[in-house]
Amino acid sequence: MTVLSRWLLRYTALGYLAMLLLIPVGMVFYRTFEHGFWPAWHAITSPEAVHALEVTLEICAIVVPLNTVFGIVASLAIARSRFPGRGVFNALVDLPLALSPVVVGLSLFLLYGRLGWFGTWLADHGIQVLFALPGMVLATMFISLPFVVREVVPVLREIGVEQEQAAATLGASPWQTFWRVTLPAIRWGVAYGVVLTTARALGEFGAVSIVSGNLIGKTETLTLYVQNQYENFNVPGAYAASVLLALLAIAVLVVLTVLGRKKEA
Amino acid sequence: MGIVAEGITKRFGEFTALHDVSIEIEPGSLTALLGPSGSGKSTLLRVIAGLERPDTGRVLLDGKDVTGVPPQRRGVGFVFQHYAAFKHMTVHQNVAFGLRVRRRPRKEVRERVTELLQLVQLEGFADRFPAQLSGGQRQRMGLARALAVDPAVLLLDEPFGALDARVRKELRRWLRRLHDETHTTTLIVTHDQEEAMEVSDRIVLMNDGKVEQSGGPRELYEQPANEFVMGFVGPVNQIGEAFVRPHDLELSLHPNHATREAMVERLVHLGFEVRVELMLENGEQLSVQVTRDEAETLELERGQIVYVRPLRETVF
Repeated sequence: MTVLSRWLLRYTALGYLAMLLLIPVGMVFYRTFEHGFWPAWHAITSPEAVHALEVTLEICAIVVPLNTVFGIVASLAIARSRFPGRGVFNALVDLPLALSPVVVGLSLFLLYGRLGWFGTWLADHGIQVLFALPGMVLATMFISLPFVVREVVPVLREIGVEQEQAAATLGASPWQTFWRVTLPAIRWGVAYGVVLTTARALGEFGAVSIVSGNLIGKTETLTLYVQNQYENFNVPGAYAASVLLALLAIAVLVVLTVLGRKKEA
Repeated sequence: MGIVAEGITKRFGEFTALHDVSIEIEPGSLTALLGPSGSGKSTLLRVIAGLERPDTGRVLLDGKDVTGVPPQRRGVGFVFQHYAAFKHMTVHQNVAFGLRVRRRPRKEVRERVTELLQLVQLEGFADRFPAQLSGGQRQRMGLARALAVDPAVLLLDEPFGALDARVRKELRRWLRRLHDETHTTTLIVTHDQEEAMEVSDRIVLMNDGKVEQSGGPRELYEQPANEFVMGFVGPVNQIGEAFVRPHDLELSLHPNHATREAMVERLVHLGFEVRVELMLENGEQLSVQVTRDEAETLELERGQIVYVRPLRETVF
């Protein structure tokens, strides 16, 4: 490869990244702090913004542990056991990656709405799913379902079954083998999946937007808050909340990089 | 504790790994399961350990039917070819594993592990991780780990297969000495006939999912049941219908009624012995093993004509 073509390749790639990622995100940062730090600080410490952040974190605090447990169990089922329909199950786990979040939101709406299959029964028992936290949690769970599985299954396949078989011959019960051998062996894969799940849950917009009803100060997450502020011409507020989301994403990236190295080791 | 396997059949899809195999292992013996790859020897070992479930047949340990018993309750120690070391645990934690899951007192665990690490000569390595050990050290750790729970039966699946020749020989001798001290019933899977002969009291020779012959190393070598056994336990020449070992051929410089004429094609010096590769007058090739002194007396060289006579031959 000539020096010129190498140079072209490198700077085309960098230029592409800059156009698509760095300049837009940089712009948000610039606009946010255009008039100094304190206007931005006041924008994101307003009661509505704080509440939106709380809702987002609350959803994450419920979704991430549930999907982690499900992810590990599903990974073990896919990588370690044989059951009819395993292939279908494996493919189904990927469905949320392929399906538009709006469709997910709509399907939950149909299921839990006033006339939906579950909606009627739940309404009779005084449980509200739509326009409330349960619906938002369900939507976010659906969307962020595949990440732990996709990280853990390859690790399980790579470590193989020999360590687990060794544990069995040494007298360990399946439960002991899981806690003492399997889980420590997959821990970095699980951690990586958890971080990806968190990132996805933090940033979810489409599905949550539909099932939440977007009730300001009630079912408003941070991403919904950004949209609401933007639509109400409170552009500084929208920028400030965007920066907060971007900072969370950067923190996630840093953690992923560190975990990626651990996983390789 | 003796091991009995009766009428074991095991299929993997279309492939039949074990075809109605029965073996009986004497208590306190060291037996080798020998055979080429794909002969079913490892599968048989895994069936005995409970890591594979046979399609038919039963496994008895110490006279008790354990066919449906999971591996953790069979009281066997298993050593894997690729060590199956717990990578996230230190050497000490690896060896202690079996005792820890049995919830033995800490003091007892520490003493037993120290004792075992001395036995396998890894005293100074207790706090290392498996990745920091050589292959030979890892396998000695694997042995210590299997021995920690005082298994009634020790099962080794090609334990030295991934090691280099020198370490392999060393560990083989060490295993034999260990067995002479402990007399734990031991079953070792190997594809290396030399290893089987050196280490074991008895050999079960397998091929194509069946047992071809079982007996002492000498019995297999001197009274092979068939052509396969004869060829597997040592080098062999075929002359017409007869099979002859390279050291059972006599060379001379003068013909007589029993000799055949041959030309020396190649001489291979292997220290004490010399391998002489011959071509008979009909184009058949023979390999003859002579001592260095014999080769010197005959003044063998390439292209020379010699006369060859079988001293002992076998016809099946």
